[in-house]
Amino acid sequence: MADFFFHTTLGQLLLIVLESLAVLVPLLLGVAYLTLAERKVMAAMQLRKGPNVNGPFGVLQAFADAIKMLTKETVIPSGANRMLFLFAPFLTFSLAMIAWAVIPTGNGLAIANINVGILYLLAISSLGVYGMLIAGWASNSKYAFLGGLRSAAQMVSYEVSIGLVIVSVLLAVGSLNLNDIVLAQRHVWFCLPMFPMFIVFFISALAETNRAPFDLPEGESELVAGFFVEYSALAFGLFFLGEYANMFLMSGMVSILFLGGWLPPLAIAPFTWIPGPLWLIAKILFCLFVFIWVRATFPRYRYDQLMRLGWKVFLPFSLAWMVLTAGFLMVTGLLPGGAG
Amino acid sequence: MMTQIVFYVFAAVLVLSATMVVSARNPVHSVLFLILAFFNAAGLFLIAGAEFLAMTLVIVYVGAVAVLFLFVVMMLDVNFTQMREGVQRYAPIGGVVGGVLFIELLMAFMHWRAATNIGQIAHLVPSSPTRTNTAALGDVIYTHYIFLFQACALVLLVAMIGAIVLTLRERPTGRRQNIDRQHDRMVADSLEMLQVPLGAGVDAQGGFLRPRESYDIAAVPGTYGTAAWSEAEARDADGTALVIKTPANGTKGEGDE
Repeated sequence: MADFFFHTTLGQLLLIVLESLAVLVPLLLGVAYLTLAERKVMAAMQLRKGPNVNGPFGVLQAFADAIKMLTKETVIPSGANRMLFLFAPFLTFSLAMIAWAVIPTGNGLAIANINVGILYLLAISSLGVYGMLIAGWASNSKYAFLGGLRSAAQMVSYEVSIGLVIVSVLLAVGSLNLNDIVLAQRHVWFCLPMFPMFIVFFISALAETNRAPFDLPEGESELVAGFFVEYSALAFGLFFLGEYANMFLMSGMVSILFLGGWLPPLAIAPFTWIPGPLWLIAKILFCLFVFIWVRATFPRYRYDQLMRLGWKVFLPFSLAWMVLTAGFLMVTGLLPGGAG
Repeated sequence: MMTQIVFYVFAAVLVLSATMVVSARNPVHSVLFLILAFFNAAGLFLIAGAEFLAMTLVIVYVGAVAVLFLFVVMMLDVNFTQMREGVQRYAPIGGVVGGVLFIELLMAFMHWRAATNIGQIAHLVPSSPTRTNTAALGDVIYTHYIFLFQACALVLLVAMIGAIVLTLRERPTGRRQNIDRQHDRMVADSLEMLQVPLGAGVDAQGGFLRPRESYDIAAVPGTYGTAAWSEAEARDADGTALVIKTPANGTKGEGDE
């Protein structure tokens, strides 16, 4: 059996498919329940009950929503660019899925343990903007178009600070491999020595996933629903799934870069009994809770404030911190990679 | 064998999408084909083992440059019929430019020579199975050629400053926001309370309420505390300043529209 999976071409292909399913099926279930969790958590924060009709405590609400979305009609507006209109949600959804290929859930437990894993993640997350831009343009609607433009400018701006934060982390790790990044945090998680960068990264992740308080691309009070205002049924569902899967992905990146990935907080007995993947899941869920917490707490930014924060606050700050990190590592001789 | 098939697929899609970039009618489609071309180029880099270059190509060109292209092209108001009218007129010029480029390419290929000193710099990139692409590139760029690299960065910096200087306009009518000043502002030094006589409205005292720092108090007639104010107050006292404006057709709102 093992021989078939590891030594024949067909077996290896099958193995990759099975590995992908092992990541994607829990992910999609997680996305379905994240929508429910969001409504429940926000309800609790606002002293409401949230969905409580379908099943005990409303646990079947996610499936009710999914069935509703699948049975509705896909409306394509007249004057829309048909092909691009349908392509955009698929792009958003598939980009949110393929990024998971490199996320390590344990030591060496990734579908693809590539040397430039973090660059791959950065590349995939920077492509996410195309789904929104194309959707906004192809809808042939002014609200959708404005939403698309907003999201493009916003994501490009915050990618800059995300890139610089990642560089500071990489300076301390000495490798672009996600597995090495986690292993470098054996002694101390990077969220402690690089606490300001952790905060900058988390806020930029909020902006990158178009979440409140940076949800201007869909700002319903100004743009109805922003770039996906013309979408319905399955196409809308794909956007929805893609957006929430992106939240999972960004939480995964925060966990891997700053919260020690699959590592337990302390390498002593009660913590080490829990397997690594569960630690990673716990950290991702914690980040997602903060995402929802932020949404229930803060009002939406104004667009010029958003740009100011990205370019005039985060960019100089993360640049300065990067130089500081490099200088500190150089002076103390902790710089990894031999040259220091 | 497998690698060759993959190479030809990537190369074919790359050439096809590059052709579509120049032949597509809709400029938005052109940019999207350009993105496809970038992707396939990244794929070719991956096959060649240059994983770092592949990822950088996607991050820089697809993730940033093409987004801005698309951003601008989507906002253009393109008239397709008008665009097609120009084809006849510009075709000869385009043909000449293309022809010159083609002949130059041919000349370049005929006189292609490999650099003779390649052996002298090969030692800069020691290859070993554990050494990653990223480390090798870093060694060459940041250690051995750091000054040339910095010079390139300076050229780019000059270009960036030039672009900003050329496009930044100080518009006198533009309203600017100073966040720090806004944060420092207190209620006491930004608002002033006026004593408004019954029925007179605030404009009798010199305009609507607004931040004091945005206008010169002394220049506004009738501001609280100035001579004009005391004059108005004096007139108010004997009832001459009280102006009650009555709408022509009943109360406000009834006759509108």
